[in-house]
Amino acid sequence: MENSAATTADNQPMAVKGFGNKSGAEVTGNEFLAFTLGREEYGIDILKVQEIRGYEQVTRIANAPEFVKGVVNLRGIIVPIVDMRIKFQLGEPTYDQFTVVIILNIGGRVMGMVVDSVSDVITLQPEQVKPAPTMGTAFNTDYLIGLGTLDARMLILIDIDKLMSSSEMGLIEQVGS
Amino acid sequence: MTIDMSQFYQVFFDETEELLAEMEKLLLAIDIAAPDDEDLNAIFRAAHSIKGGAGTFGITDLTEITHVLETLLDLLRKGQMALTAEHVDAFLEAKDTLKMQLDGHRLHTPVDQAAVAHVRARLHALAQKPQATAHKPSVALRAPGMRYFCIELPAMSPSDSMALAGELGLLGALAPSTAAAGGTCLILETTRDSNAILDICTFLVASEDVRITEQACPDALADVEADQGYGFFEPMNEAQLAGSPLLAARAEAAQGYGFFSPLSEFSTAPAADGNPNGYEGAAAIDPHGEESTGSLVDEKRAGVRRDTEKPAVSESTSIRVSVEKVDQLINLVGELVITQAMIEQRTDALDPLLYERLMNSVTQLTRNTRDLQEAVMSIRMMPMEYVFSRFPRMVRDLAAKLGKKVEFVTSGAATELDKGLIERIVDPLTHLVRNSIDHGIEMPAQRSAAGKGETGRLSLSASHQGGNIVIEVTDDGGGLSRERILAKAREQGLVVADAISDAEVWQLIFAPGFSTAEEVTDISGRGVGMDVVKRNIDAMGGAVDIRSARGFGTTISISLPLTLAILDGMSVRVGEEVYILPLGYVVESLQPDAADVKDISGQGRVTRVRGEYLPLIALHDLFNITPQHRDPTAGILVILESDGKRAALFVDELVGQQQVVVKNLESNYRKVPGISGATILGDGGVSLIIDVAALLRSNRQSADDVSFIN
Repeated sequence: MENSAATTADNQPMAVKGFGNKSGAEVTGNEFLAFTLGREEYGIDILKVQEIRGYEQVTRIANAPEFVKGVVNLRGIIVPIVDMRIKFQLGEPTYDQFTVVIILNIGGRVMGMVVDSVSDVITLQPEQVKPAPTMGTAFNTDYLIGLGTLDARMLILIDIDKLMSSSEMGLIEQVGS
Repeated sequence: MTIDMSQFYQVFFDETEELLAEMEKLLLAIDIAAPDDEDLNAIFRAAHSIKGGAGTFGITDLTEITHVLETLLDLLRKGQMALTAEHVDAFLEAKDTLKMQLDGHRLHTPVDQAAVAHVRARLHALAQKPQATAHKPSVALRAPGMRYFCIELPAMSPSDSMALAGELGLLGALAPSTAAAGGTCLILETTRDSNAILDICTFLVASEDVRITEQACPDALADVEADQGYGFFEPMNEAQLAGSPLLAARAEAAQGYGFFSPLSEFSTAPAADGNPNGYEGAAAIDPHGEESTGSLVDEKRAGVRRDTEKPAVSESTSIRVSVEKVDQLINLVGELVITQAMIEQRTDALDPLLYERLMNSVTQLTRNTRDLQEAVMSIRMMPMEYVFSRFPRMVRDLAAKLGKKVEFVTSGAATELDKGLIERIVDPLTHLVRNSIDHGIEMPAQRSAAGKGETGRLSLSASHQGGNIVIEVTDDGGGLSRERILAKAREQGLVVADAISDAEVWQLIFAPGFSTAEEVTDISGRGVGMDVVKRNIDAMGGAVDIRSARGFGTTISISLPLTLAILDGMSVRVGEEVYILPLGYVVESLQPDAADVKDISGQGRVTRVRGEYLPLIALHDLFNITPQHRDPTAGILVILESDGKRAALFVDELVGQQQVVVKNLESNYRKVPGISGATILGDGGVSLIIDVAALLRSNRQSADDVSFIN
């Protein structure tokens, strides 16, 4: 299995500046990859991100939920792709050259997540993270770490581990393995 | 300059292990009545290569046995000795001993020096054994009871030595040999013992000046033959004398009376000292002996090379590469394929007239890349043969030990499985085969009484089935006894109801510590094992299933997931999507006539194929695809068969046939109903593999309805 992080898709014009600088931070756990879904800005732990790619043709899986777009071949391994915009009814699920897929590595399992765009990597100090409100976001608060504030921006920080492993996403067999 | 030898050691160990395996395989296959010269040569070469390698690395204990082995084999392959079952047994034992010694060096496992000495003695005995059946005159001379003595005499006057030679000539055939420093050396072939010789010698020389050594060592035979012109080695009497340095050393110490018992005593001594390298200790006692070994090996090698040069050309056809390198290669080629697909895509948009040459090059690149990918993919795959080939020997030995007659058959040895899985399946399979022979197959008498042939049949098979690889161990023995298993289970405190099904009863034997064998043998029956087998298979993501009929035998079937297995697939298209059908399930494909497709009261459709009604499964309905055709007569029907059930799968068109590498969907996603895995197509895209067995199973209900209509 391949774990080499951050071999960013080369043919896409998106800029993820500072993505390679993560080793410079003192507290790595506080670095977040910021992305947008509709008009909301979200953040996930940068260490869960393996790479960022453009959207490519997927192979549909029959009778799978709508937000599971299908599977792609990522250098020899079969990776499922989910579209967060469909799952949480945020933004328009359009697929063009600007559509971004964040490849996550969660507990050794690799999966792709389609989002509207990826903006940057930000560092948040613990005091910049506020507890999540009980309502007001598309996500169940169980999957939220909190709200991160940086200058005028507000990021909804997602516990991506928990979300992707949840039965709600259905990406991982719940019984057995 | 120092060279790191350790890297070469590893290669030597690996090679030796392979050579030993090869040797064993050949020995088992050999026809004792009419051995194939080529086989004998191959065995000889294996023994010789091991000896040469061991000599180079100074692993002297390996050279000792291989040396004797080689000499014996040399006699055999030249027809100077007839092959007997006894030889084969001794060779197999020698192979085991060599393996043990090898492991001793490599893994530092204990080496049983007594066994080493035993094997050596056994080989020596064989080498010395007269061969009535041999056909060359030089060998025919060796009547039963003949012994060979090397008599070393001090310097004496020519007349004295003539007289002595005359006297000794009365005892048997006498051949002069090279003079040892200042003295004479004679080789006497006689039926008498060394005391008789000594008696004669003492007429002319002092007894303490005479050294009589019995030439049990086959080197002496080789030497004699060399003199007679049948020899294969260069005459090298000096070296030959020390041919077995142990022999020489021993002769010094004990005047050469009796060869075998002191030898084993000698070689077991260092073992007692805790020196794993038994012989090195011995060599240290007699530096001269070691020196001779060196020169002997060198000389021998020079001698043999002439002979093996020609066959060697066709021999070394493989190289060793670490698995990581192969995996890296596979990944790189995967990326190359994607890049190539990208280029192809880009050029598709170009005007073919303007860019004709570029297009041609791209087409060629496409072809080359695919070939490359295919070739690289096949590197990791190994045939089941690799596993199966180690069983004939085991079966043979076990059957002999237990006094049972077992015929061993394998099928599907060409089924390819990933190297990783192959290695992990060996232990569980070994255990199952052992169990089958020990517990399954009955004694010949018992079999006759039960109306079966005396020879039991044990078969090992591998096949692709229902998206899995199924490996089965089948015996036609007594089968499992429900009563005994239940009784045993109760005895062990397991709570079981009387009414449980047979299948559930069989599963009980996988409980830890469970064994129904009345007696614990050294082969099996200790009750450790079946639970380990199950655990190992579970760890590989497989399943173990037992089928058994009292009196008719037992089949234990292991099914392993297809991870990385290669299968022959047929790609079919429905709408925009391409799926793979494992070719093994595909019976035929056809376009039906409109009259042959019938609706059954709104529940589905059937189609008539050569008088048989088959349920018609539309793939587009099953997978919610918008198809190109909704009318079966416009598309194509693929007739599938699994477990005796047939169905017709309706698809838009057939795309082609190809070998695909199966990837697990579950490693990153979850199990998908109706899909057994995924594969990466030549263009880098993913295609799903249809789980035909499950498909037909889910359709069984309607299939039964159909047969009712029939």
